[in-house]
Amino acid sequence: MAGRVSDGAIHHFAGGSRLTATIERKSARQVSKVDRFLTLIRVFLVTLIVVGILAFIAQQVAPENPFARWRNPDAVGLTGDQFKGLLMSGLSQGAMYGLIALGYSMVYGVLGFINFAHGEVFMAGAMTGFIASDKFSQTGMWESNFLLSLAIIIILAIMVSTLTAVLMERVAYRPLRESPRLIPLITSIGVSFFIQNAVMGVFGPSTKSYPQLPQWLSKQRSILTFEIAGTKLLVLLVAAVSMGGLWYLVERTKTGKAMRAVAEDKEIAALMGINVNRTIVTTFAVGGAMAGIAGILWGLLFRSVTHMTGFLPGIKAFTAAVVGGIGNLPGAMIGGISLGSAESIAPLVILEPLGVPGVSQLKDAVAFTVLVLVLLFKPSGLFGEQLSAEDRA
Amino acid sequence: MSHLMEIRDLKITFGGLDALSGLNFHVDEGEIVSVIGPNGAGKTTFFNAITGLVDPTEGDIIFEDESILGLDPHQVTGLGIARTFQNVRLFPNMTVLENIMVAQHCRTSQLILGALLQTSAFKKEEKEIEERAKEVLAFFGSRLVGYRYDQPAFVLSYANRRRLEIARAMATQPRLMLLDEPVAGMNPMETAELTALIGRLRSEWGFTIVMIEHDMRVVRDVSDRVVVLDHGVPIAQGSYDEVSTNPDVIEAYLGRPAEGQG
Amino acid sequence: MSTTMTSSGSSAAGGFRAPVTDQEWSKIGKWGGLCVLALVLVSLIGMPVGLDRRILIHPVLSLGYLSLLWIPLVMGSVVSRHIELEGVESPEPGGRELLAGALTGLIGGAGMAVFILALDNFNLRDPLVNWSPQLLELLTYGRGIGFGALAWILACVLLGLVGSAIHVVPAGLRRVVSHSFFGLLTFAVLEGAISDLSEGFGLEFLTDSIYAKRGGLTVVWSIVLAVLIGGVSMLTKGRLKAAKADYGALQGPERKRASRILFVSVALMTIILPLFLGTIMNELLANVGLFLLLALGLNIVVGLAGILDLGYVAFFAVGGYTTAVLTSPDSPFFAPELHFAVTLVIVVVFAGIVGLVIGAPVIRMRGDYLAIVTLGFGEIIRLLFMSDWLKPYFGGAQGITNVPGVDLGFVVIKGTDPRSVFYLVLVFCALAIYISWRLQASRLGRAWMAIREDEKVAEAMGINTVNAKLLAFVVGAVLASFSGAVMVAKVGSVFPNSFMILVSIIILVVVIVGGMGNIAGVLVGSFVLIGILGGPRQPGLLHEFQSFKLLIYGALLVYMMLQRPEGLVPSARRSQELHQEEFLQDVWLKGEEHEQEEHEAELHAAEAGGSEPDEGSGS
Repeated sequence: MAGRVSDGAIHHFAGGSRLTATIERKSARQVSKVDRFLTLIRVFLVTLIVVGILAFIAQQVAPENPFARWRNPDAVGLTGDQFKGLLMSGLSQGAMYGLIALGYSMVYGVLGFINFAHGEVFMAGAMTGFIASDKFSQTGMWESNFLLSLAIIIILAIMVSTLTAVLMERVAYRPLRESPRLIPLITSIGVSFFIQNAVMGVFGPSTKSYPQLPQWLSKQRSILTFEIAGTKLLVLLVAAVSMGGLWYLVERTKTGKAMRAVAEDKEIAALMGINVNRTIVTTFAVGGAMAGIAGILWGLLFRSVTHMTGFLPGIKAFTAAVVGGIGNLPGAMIGGISLGSAESIAPLVILEPLGVPGVSQLKDAVAFTVLVLVLLFKPSGLFGEQLSAEDRA
Repeated sequence: MSHLMEIRDLKITFGGLDALSGLNFHVDEGEIVSVIGPNGAGKTTFFNAITGLVDPTEGDIIFEDESILGLDPHQVTGLGIARTFQNVRLFPNMTVLENIMVAQHCRTSQLILGALLQTSAFKKEEKEIEERAKEVLAFFGSRLVGYRYDQPAFVLSYANRRRLEIARAMATQPRLMLLDEPVAGMNPMETAELTALIGRLRSEWGFTIVMIEHDMRVVRDVSDRVVVLDHGVPIAQGSYDEVSTNPDVIEAYLGRPAEGQG
Repeated sequence: MSTTMTSSGSSAAGGFRAPVTDQEWSKIGKWGGLCVLALVLVSLIGMPVGLDRRILIHPVLSLGYLSLLWIPLVMGSVVSRHIELEGVESPEPGGRELLAGALTGLIGGAGMAVFILALDNFNLRDPLVNWSPQLLELLTYGRGIGFGALAWILACVLLGLVGSAIHVVPAGLRRVVSHSFFGLLTFAVLEGAISDLSEGFGLEFLTDSIYAKRGGLTVVWSIVLAVLIGGVSMLTKGRLKAAKADYGALQGPERKRASRILFVSVALMTIILPLFLGTIMNELLANVGLFLLLALGLNIVVGLAGILDLGYVAFFAVGGYTTAVLTSPDSPFFAPELHFAVTLVIVVVFAGIVGLVIGAPVIRMRGDYLAIVTLGFGEIIRLLFMSDWLKPYFGGAQGITNVPGVDLGFVVIKGTDPRSVFYLVLVFCALAIYISWRLQASRLGRAWMAIREDEKVAEAMGINTVNAKLLAFVVGAVLASFSGAVMVAKVGSVFPNSFMILVSIIILVVVIVGGMGNIAGVLVGSFVLIGILGGPRQPGLLHEFQSFKLLIYGALLVYMMLQRPEGLVPSARRSQELHQEEFLQDVWLKGEEHEQEEHEAELHAAEAGGSEPDEGSGS
């Protein structure tokens, strides 16, 4: 049986396979067409960005020089204050993306799937905030005791959002924990659709406006030469405090340790005596709470909320989580802030100098382009992914 | 004489840990070589490196006098290296026949238009694919033929899945076949049967075979040569008898005798 | 409340063969609570009021009431369902199940009663838009609070009882009753189609008597129909299955002939029937066809190749805009006013290119990233079409209007004549079905399936996964672009807002509900969902559902993923596709036994010189 094969051994397909093999060998060495095309896209996008920025700088330095006039003859550039204003709007908006992104990032880190419906958790917070603040405003408490009402609506929003997230996990995701990762993703799309339309049905499709904020909060303030509206300042402050709290929770408490262990390997964590189910619920709850806070901040900043409020910020927050490296919590926050700034500044700094009219409409397109760019250049995000062992493969 | 495949100074590092290092290996046309070693010795990594699933850190892999380093897995398969997986990975929802037919992908060429216009070239190729698939399946006797053709792979018994996986590797028309623990989880009777089949793979089909195996009887029965890996380092090479009496090998498997007793 | 329930429960249970256990109390509590929640939620979403206009059985039952009444029925059925554990003998269903169903209904009814009281006493209309006197009026049948509350409790108990009785009554009876029920429902839902069709055949007198003037079946006819359907169901018992088995058993040329007859008769039906249908029904069919076309394309991408493309609408948009630009005289920048046929060629080329351009960067990403990035691309394309930047070329938010119909020489196909549009769509659907069918059974189709099953192994088996996936993307894109082209020719204009992400998701629901990777499934999915509920903007047969259909789509998606991931029409051999893990476990447990049996049987067989026994088909 173990004897050597004689030279006359029957080669069933040998003739054909040798021929094919030589043909394949010639092409094997070449870079595939797809790769070449991708390189082309990368080069194109980078060139676009660099030229845009250069043209912008040219316009800032000397508006009359031919390069500045090349694509956009009516370019006026930005004043320093305008730029700072854009940056501040971007930062405050980005801080909210960051807060929502934490939920995506944590869930992805622990369960390895994108909870598409997380944007709806955020919307639930914003909606709760509206209902409560509207009631307060009717009774006059909003004006007479603003801080107390604010505290109450924040707590309410956190409660509702947390509840929404936990229910979602219990009803829709827990039964699917072992399925291939696209299955819970598709389910979460359904959940998102359902919540959006249920909220529309129950609370009506109209746009709902938060009551006026007190003057002392919303007025412009000047900090380090930056003119910033008080509301935006509040957003940044609250976001920073929440992030700090979350960091403490994850890194310094037993719950956080359990979360990290479950994220690393569910089975081993269970063997170590960690209650995996409870930890996963906690993860959803904490993510939900962060989204609830973001919801209130959104309401205070833009003062309007509809059943669709969660959709775009949700996707952008996912983008932020990817930009920062999914599973990486500080990354999510920084990703959010970068994305917010990018979508607020890039249209005016890159697209406007290139002669694109109506750039503010392209804000969302810019955000998605950032997502594509990050995935093209650094799929693991700027600060690296932190995924469980099974998801890294 | 040049070898069918030669591996020079192969080193693979995962996050600072050497999964393999300093591996020199060759296999000649028509040989059956077994790679053995304790769990975690880097055997499967070795296969992954050859088939392009893992990029080596250092070293070179030469197949038919040309380096196959940096090729995509499908290109490696196209060159004539096929493999099976340790934890049987079939296409569970495709039928038995489809599992084999799909493996001939790199030996065939029809694309969309042929299928839509049902050209004679397409029909001819389809017929050939099907015939070859049946020919390959017939190698396993009556186990995978007849009504089995149209059964989805997931209904097969464990042993039949292993057989189907070998059949799938055969269908890619390789020159070199890498079998990752082909008899794992089989009972003694099935093991004996498969051992015989491995011999026939060479004598009847002319495949050269590199095999990872834990079952020493199988290793003894079929291999011309045995390579022993431990912690990513080759510690012995030679015939089964040489290797099985090598003190380093015994130590790797059984551990060093305790100081007090030694 | 709870004390009365416990006492009534235990006293009632005393007469049955076993006491109700604690575990079942919590089960009843859980499903009863869910029943209350669902009832209140549905009421607050506004379904009862919004759907009240649609009458199913003239004066008795409207769709609005049905939207509430199914809840206790289903809950009663669920609560009394037994999970059959292997090796554990499950008791014969009986009184205990009925009691559980009734109690669940009771909880639901009591909840409803409380809700009615709350509706009467508080005004929460401010945030809850449907907290209205109309709702109260509807829930109390306009006869006062007391009557309403009592009626709901009674109705819910009764329905819960009926729901649980499903498990108790003999199978034959269950079958007949459920057939008459669903048959009746079908007659009521398809009212528009049926009366339209009978008008076409000149049989108005029949439908005039079946259906009441204000819509809905008449009571007399409901009973007649129910009896008829029940009778037919009893007579045909087992016949259908037998016929199917016969067809399945046919071999070779006979099978071919049977298939051909089946195909020709279906084809003739689809060609002839629309001639007898009116404008509205033809419009509806045309819409179903357009979405079927999209769904067939997405089925290749998602169902065969396993790529979750959420930006699929982008290709729909590309097809639509390309057609509009090339054929409309009002195209702002470039208006060659080409003929539709010429345009179509360009559309295919263009969609293919866009498919490649979008596909290339995303094709190597992890499946879930790919989903979100394609979604992003879908949005980018819509935003670009809408932007001021490209307004000079594509007309911005105002879009491009005045797109001519398809001039075939003897007839011009355009939206005002939906029947002609339907035939055009039919041609494309036939083409798409042919493409899907042929590709599925080709080298490429097998490669796609292999990629869906296990991408890494597919690659190791010599498949260039990047190229194969790109091809799937391109084929999907081309089919979607056909749909876009026809839609634009039908509507006569194109606007960026017709291409919201919503469209992608609805098509995804259609594919999943029908059954992924399965042409018949996609057909059923399109007809059931788009035909009855309607597309994103297109009304279906139940056009009253307009404002609730997205909600239903969402709920359906979740339900299907949790309970029936293989879809309504699972492809025969892939029905297990998504239950893989369970199955593997099963086999692992049974593995050793099987092997033993196999060997023993084989030895016997070898002695007898027979063929190998079938050891695996049972798993």
